[in-house]
Amino acid sequence: MGDLTHLTISELQAGFRKGDFTPADAVRALEARIQAVDPQIGAFLARDFDSALAAAKKADVSQPLGGVPIGIKDAINVLGEQCTCASKILAGYKAPYDATVIARLKAAGAIPFGRLNLDEFAMGSSTENSAYQITKNPWDPTRIPGGSSGGSAAAVSARMAYATLGSDTGGSIRQPASLCGVVGLKPSYGRVSRYGLVAFASSLDQIGPFARSTRDCASLLSVMAGKDPHDSTSLDLPPEDFTSRMTGDLRGIRLGIPREYFVDGMDPRVRAKVEEAIKTCETLGAELVEVSLPHTEYAIGVYYIIATAEASANLARFDGVRYGHRAKNPTDLLDHYRRSREEGFGSEVKRRIILGTYVLSSGYYDAYYLRAQKVRTLIRQDFTRAFETVDALVCPTSPDLAFKIGERVNDPLRMYLADIFTIAANLAGICGISVPCGLVEEKGTSLPVGLQFLGKPLDESRLLGIADAYEQAGAKEILAQIP
Amino acid sequence: MTEYLATIGLEVHVQLRTRSKMFCSCAVEFGAEPNTHVCPVCLGLPGALPVMNEEALRLTALAGLMLGCEIGPVCKFDRKNYFYPDMPKNYQISQYDLPFCLGGAVPLHDLSYPKDAQKMIATKDKKIRLVRIHLEEDVAKSFHMETVSGIDFNRAGTPLLEIVSEPDIASPEEAFAYLTVLQQLMIYGGISDADMEKGQMRCDVNVSVRPVGTEKFGTKIELKNLNSISGVRRGLAFEIPRQIEILRAGGTLDQETRRWDDVRGETTLMRIKESAHDYRYFPDPDLLPVRTAPLVAAARARQPELPWEKRARFVADFGVSEYDASVLSDDLEMAAYFETAAKGARKPKNVANWILNDLQSALATASLGIRDCPIRPEGLDELVHLIDSGVINSRQGKEVFAEMFSTGKAAAGIVEEKGLRQVSDAGAIEALADEVLAANPGPVADYKSGKASALNFLKGQLMKLSKGKANPSLAGEILEKKLQ
Repeated sequence: MGDLTHLTISELQAGFRKGDFTPADAVRALEARIQAVDPQIGAFLARDFDSALAAAKKADVSQPLGGVPIGIKDAINVLGEQCTCASKILAGYKAPYDATVIARLKAAGAIPFGRLNLDEFAMGSSTENSAYQITKNPWDPTRIPGGSSGGSAAAVSARMAYATLGSDTGGSIRQPASLCGVVGLKPSYGRVSRYGLVAFASSLDQIGPFARSTRDCASLLSVMAGKDPHDSTSLDLPPEDFTSRMTGDLRGIRLGIPREYFVDGMDPRVRAKVEEAIKTCETLGAELVEVSLPHTEYAIGVYYIIATAEASANLARFDGVRYGHRAKNPTDLLDHYRRSREEGFGSEVKRRIILGTYVLSSGYYDAYYLRAQKVRTLIRQDFTRAFETVDALVCPTSPDLAFKIGERVNDPLRMYLADIFTIAANLAGICGISVPCGLVEEKGTSLPVGLQFLGKPLDESRLLGIADAYEQAGAKEILAQIP
Repeated sequence: MTEYLATIGLEVHVQLRTRSKMFCSCAVEFGAEPNTHVCPVCLGLPGALPVMNEEALRLTALAGLMLGCEIGPVCKFDRKNYFYPDMPKNYQISQYDLPFCLGGAVPLHDLSYPKDAQKMIATKDKKIRLVRIHLEEDVAKSFHMETVSGIDFNRAGTPLLEIVSEPDIASPEEAFAYLTVLQQLMIYGGISDADMEKGQMRCDVNVSVRPVGTEKFGTKIELKNLNSISGVRRGLAFEIPRQIEILRAGGTLDQETRRWDDVRGETTLMRIKESAHDYRYFPDPDLLPVRTAPLVAAARARQPELPWEKRARFVADFGVSEYDASVLSDDLEMAAYFETAAKGARKPKNVANWILNDLQSALATASLGIRDCPIRPEGLDELVHLIDSGVINSRQGKEVFAEMFSTGKAAAGIVEEKGLRQVSDAGAIEALADEVLAANPGPVADYKSGKASALNFLKGQLMKLSKGKANPSLAGEILEKKLQ
C-alpha cells in the first residue's frame, strides 16, 4: 500500500475505487504523519482522528469526494468543532452550524478533518499572529509558511493533509501556497458562499482550496461553488466541472505579463524563476503579451482602508456578551467591553480595528473610505481593460521567499508588502491561483517559488486549465520534492 | 408675557407584519418564550450572513405608496456602528444615505384627534410632512432584574420601519392625531399590527419651544418611554409648559433626553447629550443594493383603499353621515363588517345605526372585538330588513338582536321560535282595540275631551295586550279611527 500521504486526491480516489486501500487507511496514514511531523510544524490547532475515522468507515467512495479527508482553516465553521480564528477571544468556542462549503463537502462525501492555524482573524501574512502557536514552513522550520492560511498550506506541504480549505482576503491562500510549494486557488468573488466563514473583510473574502495539484483544487471547487441562499453575494451560476478545460497545453492562450508586477524590490531569484516559468508557458503554446495595470501601486493602500473598515464592524460582535472571552468582574458595561476586547484580541487585530474605525469616522470617511472605493473601481477597470486583450495574467505570487520567523513581526509595513502581488485580485473580485514554479537554494535549504495566474471574474475553468498545463510541464517535479 | 410655540417632530418605529425576520428565517412572534426564535444570523454568531426578506421590502414600498413618498430607483443598506448588549453584531443594519422612501405626508382629520379636542382643532385637514422612511432591523429586548440583566433575542432582527416626520407638529393633540392616522394606515395596508402595547409601534419625540414671532427653533429635547398614543399626548402636555416656564423664568434649556413617567405624569432627565454620536455608517458589503421597481409594482397591486377614500365612499354609496363614515372606517375590520352588512341592505344607514349603537355596545359589554362578533354581518342585515319591512317592530328587534348576540342564531329563526312575528293583521288588531277601549273608559273620555296624549296610553295598553307583537303604527291608526 505504501505511504498514502504522498497521493493527490485523484490518486487517492482511484485507489479507493479500485479497492487498493480504504478511506480509513487514508485517515490512518494522516494520523501517523501528523503525529510524526506536526510537533515540528504546528499546522493543526485541533484534530479528532476518532471521528474522522468513524466517518471514513462509513464513506461511500462513489461520491464525488467520498472518503476524502479535508483539513479546515480554523475560521470556517464546522458543526460541533472549535472555531477560534486563532484568537483568544474565541477560545473554546464551538461552531453551532456548518458553513455552506462544509455542508457541500460533507454532502459530496468529504470528511472535514482538523482545525488549521492562521493569523488571528486571518489578519497577517506569516501565521505569526496566531494567539496559539507559530506554524513553521515545512521546507525550513526556521521560516514562516506565509499567511494568513499558513496552517492550511503547511499541512498540505508536509503531507499532513491531502487538501485543505483556506480563505483569501488579500492573498491569504495564494501567498502561503507559494511559500509552501503547493497549489492554492482563490475563486472569483461570489463563486463560493462565504456563509460560515468568520468575516474579516466581507467584500474581499473568498474561501478556496489548497492541494498538491491543480486538478485537486478544481475538483474541490466543483463541489464548493454555487449559489447559496444564505449568502446574497454568492452568484447564481450553472454548475461547472472545473477540470473540463485541462487540455495540457496553452495553444491559443494569450497570457498577459503585467509590467507593474516585476518591481525592483523583489527577490531577483524569485524573478528569475518566474521568468523561466513564463518561458515554459510560451513553449506550451501561450502567446505572451506585456500589459499594464497602472493603478497597481495604490492597491495596498486601498486594501488597508477597505479591509480594515469592514473588519472594524465585522469584529464588533466579539464583545463577550453572548460568547467568547469575557473579562472578569467588570465595573460597568464599558469596562466589560473594553477589557473583554483588550484581553481577547491580539495586537495586529487591534491595529486594524483602530485603523478601520478611523477611516470610517465622521470627517475622514470621504477622504479615506470613499476615495479608496473610487480607486478600487480604477483597479478593477485596469483588469477589465487588460482582459480585453489577454485570457489571463501571469506574474509572481510573492515578491520574496519564505522569510525567517520573527523577521518582520515588528515591521507591519514590510509585512503588508508580502501581499503586494495578490491584493489587487481581491479588490477586483477576479480569480487567481498560485502554482509552484521553482526552488531556490537558500543557506542549505530549498525554498519554493510560486507562479500566479490571474483570470477574469468567473473564468475559473480556463484559469485552472492554464495552471494545470503549466503544472504538468513545470511544477510536477517541485510538487514531488515536497519534504 | 411672551407666548411660545411648540415644535414637535416624531420618530416612529413600526415592526413589519412579516412571518420571518428581516435577515433570517426565524419566526416573528410576540410573547414567545425568550430566545426561542433565534439562529446564527440574528444572534450575530461568527460567520453568519444576512439575507433580505423580500416581503419586508414590499411592505416598505407599500408604506411609501400609501404615504405618498418618493421611492428612488435604488436603495441600499448600511451598517450603523455602536456597541450595546441588545445589538448582537454591535452594528445595526439600517439605511443611511439611500433610504427606501423620501418625503410623503400624513393627513390628519377631525376624528384622529382626541375626542375631547375634536371641537378645537387649530388647523383643519393639516398634513404632517415626512422626512423619510427607512427599513432596518430591530434590536433585542433587555430585561433588568435585581442583580443581573437578561436579553431576549426573539425581537432581534424583526423588520422595522423608521418613519421620521418633519417638525410640523404644533401641539400634543396634533401628535396624537398624527400617530392615530399613522397607526390606522399601517393596519389598513397590512404593513404592521402597530400595537403600541406590544411594542409593534414605538415613538420617540423631539420637542422644542420658541417665542411667537421668532424663526429659530428652540433647544431640542428628546422624550423617551412613551408607550401609548395618549402617553405621547400627555408627555408633551407636560413637557411643553415645563420648557416654557423655564424660559419665562429666564432660564435656559439643555439638549437632553428625558424619560416620560406615565404613572407620575412627568418627564425626568435621562441624559444630557454630550456630543453627536459617530455611527460610522458605511454600505453593508454583505447586502447588494436593491432595485425598487419590482417591489413598487408588487406593492401597487396590493395597495388598499385609504381610510379617507373609504370614508368618502361610505358617504356616497351608503348615505351615512360624514361622522358615521369616519367611525365606521376607523377600524378596518369594522369597516369590512359594515360593508358586508350594508351591501344588500335596503337602508344601509339603518345598518350603520345598528352597528354604531347596539352592536358596538354589546361588543364592549362582552369585551369582544368585531372580529369575534357572534353576529355575522349578513345576519345583521337580515335583522334590519325584518324591522324595516315591518315583520317585527324595533322593540322586538332589540330582543332578537340580544338573542342573536348571545346564541349566534339567525334573526328569522329567532322570530319564528319565539313567535315574535309582528301582528299586522287589521282584524286582529281591531279586536284588541275594542278590548282596550272597553276596559279604559277614563282615558277614552280624556281623549275625546281633547287630551291627545291619552292615545299613547291606550296604544301602550294595546301593545301590552298583544304581548308586544302588534304593529305599533297600525295599532295607533286603528285606535285613532275607532275613537273618532
